[in-house]
Amino acid sequence: MTTLPMERAAAPEPRWQVLRGANVGDRLYRGALTVLALTLPLLLVALVSELAINAWPAIRRFGLPFVWTSVWDPVAGVFGAAPMIFGTIASSFLALLLAVPLALGVAIYLSEFAPKWLRQPVSFLVELLAAIPSVVYGLWGIFVLIPFLRTYVVPPLRATLGWTPFLSGVFYGNSLLAGGVILAIMIVPYIAAVSREVLLAVPVSQREAALGMGATRWEAVWTAVVPYGQAGLMGAVILGLGRALGETMAVTMLIGNRHDIGLSVLQPAYTMAAAIANEFSEATTNLYLSALFEVGLILFVITVAVNALARLMIWRVARGTAVGSRAL
Amino acid sequence: MSARRLRRRIVSGTMTALVAVLSFVAVLALVLILGYLVAKGASSLDWSFFVRNPVPAGQSGGGVANAIVGTVIIVGLAALIGLPIGIGTGLYLAEYGSGRLGWTVRFVADVLNGTPSIVVGIFAWTWLVKPMGHFSALAGSVALAVLMVPMIARTTEEMVRLVPHSLREAALALGYPRWRTSLRVVARTALAGILTGCLVGVARIAGETAPLLFTALGNLNFSTSILQPMQTLSLQIFTYGTGPFDEWHRLAWAAALVLMGLVLVLALAARWALRSRYGAAR
Repeated sequence: MTTLPMERAAAPEPRWQVLRGANVGDRLYRGALTVLALTLPLLLVALVSELAINAWPAIRRFGLPFVWTSVWDPVAGVFGAAPMIFGTIASSFLALLLAVPLALGVAIYLSEFAPKWLRQPVSFLVELLAAIPSVVYGLWGIFVLIPFLRTYVVPPLRATLGWTPFLSGVFYGNSLLAGGVILAIMIVPYIAAVSREVLLAVPVSQREAALGMGATRWEAVWTAVVPYGQAGLMGAVILGLGRALGETMAVTMLIGNRHDIGLSVLQPAYTMAAAIANEFSEATTNLYLSALFEVGLILFVITVAVNALARLMIWRVARGTAVGSRAL
Repeated sequence: MSARRLRRRIVSGTMTALVAVLSFVAVLALVLILGYLVAKGASSLDWSFFVRNPVPAGQSGGGVANAIVGTVIIVGLAALIGLPIGIGTGLYLAEYGSGRLGWTVRFVADVLNGTPSIVVGIFAWTWLVKPMGHFSALAGSVALAVLMVPMIARTTEEMVRLVPHSLREAALALGYPRWRTSLRVVARTALAGILTGCLVGVARIAGETAPLLFTALGNLNFSTSILQPMQTLSLQIFTYGTGPFDEWHRLAWAAALVLMGLVLVLALAARWALRSRYGAAR
């Protein structure tokens, strides 16, 4: 199924486009479609300019230090986004740490080892994880994941690695750890689906050559298939990162929402998306609101950069396919 | 067999088993989430849950009729706005998208696809809530439509491109103008695929919460006016799930089960629509 889009992309310009008639219906049709297609670029321009205009008072007031100041005091009118930027990055990397091995394992199994009858059902089930609404993940996290972490995960972690700064303090439940774990589950389907497509796009000759040289099946995968798709796999991981950075509801419900920078994963933290979700409707002053818009603008710029990077890397391997946009 | 060869075979076998176990773990996560939804939510699904509105905090009973109706209205309106634009954009990309505008639209669609939904929420707030002076279901629908369009556009494009050129050529050779070829022959052939994309898009936005927080806002009462705040299942789950009452938690699980069921039905319908057409190809 992945070779198909590649052939399509490689096909020359369809000949029938030469038949560009002066038919009125044709022109109307093309005009109407063009107008509809222009909606998206205009929307993007409107979105960026609205964010920038509304964030402008805060940008002018706090300047660049907004990014590394950690005071967030709506009463005094002093705002700095450092704790949220830190929390966003920390929770996303924690999620990647857990999700990448899992998702790559799924992708390798499904593209290389699984028996044929198992491939479709399993990949469908894994992709169903992407269909679960964020708020449902949040609910499950509060009532199932946090009690599980408290009883079965945190005590043994403490017993073995409790001396590191990453596990200090009391675990109340809502924490960087809880947010990171739920994010990990949420991004696995994206990373797995794209990685699988990337691996399937690796030519069979790569595998045959390795096997022909006497490699075991795993060696063929690890030394011939995975390196070939490396850029695409990196792209898949970065795409997952982009998802994690902007994820809102589940994280808001689990991360604890505290304006603090700490190394301990057992402590509450905050993310940019969660701050907007929690504080936007209660922002009483214009400056407060503007600061939240600036947070939104920063979040937008980061996710756009991350997504653009991911797509460039995926395109290098599976050119022209809309991988990722179809993952469900 | 040499020791080295044995070691390599053991490594190969171990890693094969490991990736199989990892796949099992991923599926287990799904089973655990869906299992808990059913276990904790199913017992609360009775008649009154579907037909009654919420009761004041602290009292027991009540239902989520307002949220169910609200979800249908907001998502339906979003589809009404988003589907035509998305499908039109997709057709443009497939039919005329080889130029610079096509490249731009494709790039913008991918950028918007990765935009956090909460950012789209504050965008809808500046456009509709702020000028109108109050929260409204319409603003929520617009936010959801913005999230939907890039998804629909890209899947429509992909599906239309799957249609063989010979079909167009045959239609054109018979003297069909291009617009009729595009609509009556090409789009029609790709209809199942386009429909699938639409269902997937609707399923994706039906569970969205973040963009509705400060657009549709939520509403404790039954409301069908799209210019007023409106409740949805997702907002209800958020409020009830993070609230302090056991009764609320019970209703949140039940609402989550209903929402999940709705999303699953849409996702499965999408899969079915695709299978009936491209069963062999995919």
